[in-house]
Amino acid sequence: MNRRTEARIGILFAMPWILGFTLLMLYPLVSSFITSFTSFSVLKPPTFIGPQNYVELARDQVFKDSVVNTLLYTIGAVPLSTVAAIALAMLLNTKVKGMAFYRTLFFLPTLVPMVAQATLFLWVFNGDYGLLNAGLRGVGVNPPNWLGDPSWAKWTLILISAWGCGHAMIIYLAGLQDVPQSLYEAAEIDGAGSWAKTKNITIPMISPVILFNVIMGIIGSIQVFAIPQVMFPGGAPARSTYMFAMYLYDNAFRFQRMGYASAMGWVMFLFILLLTLGALKYSDKHVHYETS
Amino acid sequence: MKPAKVAITHVVLTLVALMFVLPFLWMLTTSLKPISETMTSPPRWIPSVFQVHNYPDAILYGREQVGYIPFLVYARNTIVITILTIIGAVVSNSLVAYAFARLNWPGRDLFFGVTLATMMVPFPVTMVPSFALFKWLGWVGTFKPLWVPAYLGSAFSIFLLRQFFLKIPKELSEAAKIDGASEFQTFTDIILPLAKPALVVVALFALMGSWNDFLGPLIYLVDQSSFTLSLGLQAYQTQHGGTPWNLLMAASVLVILPIILVFIFAQKAFIQGIATSGGK
Repeated sequence: MNRRTEARIGILFAMPWILGFTLLMLYPLVSSFITSFTSFSVLKPPTFIGPQNYVELARDQVFKDSVVNTLLYTIGAVPLSTVAAIALAMLLNTKVKGMAFYRTLFFLPTLVPMVAQATLFLWVFNGDYGLLNAGLRGVGVNPPNWLGDPSWAKWTLILISAWGCGHAMIIYLAGLQDVPQSLYEAAEIDGAGSWAKTKNITIPMISPVILFNVIMGIIGSIQVFAIPQVMFPGGAPARSTYMFAMYLYDNAFRFQRMGYASAMGWVMFLFILLLTLGALKYSDKHVHYETS
Repeated sequence: MKPAKVAITHVVLTLVALMFVLPFLWMLTTSLKPISETMTSPPRWIPSVFQVHNYPDAILYGREQVGYIPFLVYARNTIVITILTIIGAVVSNSLVAYAFARLNWPGRDLFFGVTLATMMVPFPVTMVPSFALFKWLGWVGTFKPLWVPAYLGSAFSIFLLRQFFLKIPKELSEAAKIDGASEFQTFTDIILPLAKPALVVVALFALMGSWNDFLGPLIYLVDQSSFTLSLGLQAYQTQHGGTPWNLLMAASVLVILPIILVFIFAQKAFIQGIATSGGK
């Protein structure tokens, strides 16, 4: 087969994604960038207004609140889920009997559709008859009003995110199983305890996996939508759970301010890029890559 | 490990496992209780009677109201969209991944890099123009915006399949070509059968994505009779002035059950697929 024929066949095979990339990624990216400099509702054609949307965003208190809420949620959810996922993976990696059974149990929550999770946790966190507060009362703790108290509502969302750490746990477990046993044996000969082994062998060896999961976690958390939207319509109580993506959705589809929503989309994209770059930069010093 | 250490590990694992499982049990037991027993303090775990008719009641809830939509309609809509999505994802992503893994064409590697980078683009950035595009096509209010994109590939599945295709020895395709097979025959007769495990993973991810999707249906579905289970469940919760908890939990069980069943049958593929996605 000559090169030209092969090139033609290659492009033919890749055609679905060439179309998908162009129509559903490249075009929308360019279009939303242009739209972000316009005033645009679906009913009326867009009119160019320069950087006004971005200027307004900088002054919009609701927008600032939604960004702060989202960042606080991210700062809570990503580390908690990361620590939980690594700890669970390490427990499972001790090769105890019934490992597959426990792994299945920890993984099950990630299968539950977001809206079903939201519904379930409205009931679990219910102040009067919920399971969690019944348990807390049982051990003599005066339980908070998880869903109605602005200072607790965000914690509700963060705890739910940790319940879904099973997905990352599977990835960590795969990473742990690749750490050469000989490293641990050598450390034991030198008299290293289990904490020293964790700190000096396990964590450095799985650090690329941690980096991957943290970046995916950040990208997901910044976009968090379904669970707060269903559990806390309008970001109640006191706008404490009103997230970036919820305000963006409201602008686009409830207030018909599509230009403003597009500007918000680009700001969100920028946040994700900056946080990802930050994580990569930080990881330069701390992530260990095997030279093979 | 020392026996004491093994015992401690088991105790810790059991306690953590309880934390993960209790919400499920809570949902299940609530779904079988009479309504009066859902609101007791302290709660009772075992209902005095197992009220199995909560399930048909949940499906038929609100039937005396105007514009009543049976829950089963949501289920049918979700199944239709999910099946179309799975077919599209498997067909399109395997073709594209084959082009990236086994064929030479100009710009291939650069385009692959760009493809990976698109995974960082948050959905809200492309949301407004995509909506405008589908509106222009007259597709808003139909299922099309929810399943047609699956036929145009997705970066993550392309990546997953490409990694798998790269591992299949080149000699196999070369032998097939010497025997006179065309590129497409090589793809369908040699590569695809070998890639079955990876295709199952792509199908599973497509199933999960489609079954779980909330924002997509929220944007594109207008008429309540075209709602999916996710939207339907939310409507349940808010529209009838608050559905009773026992029926709401029964409905939630029904939404989750199909996914759990699929997981039980395809557990190995699921776990391997996710492990692979971590860059291995």
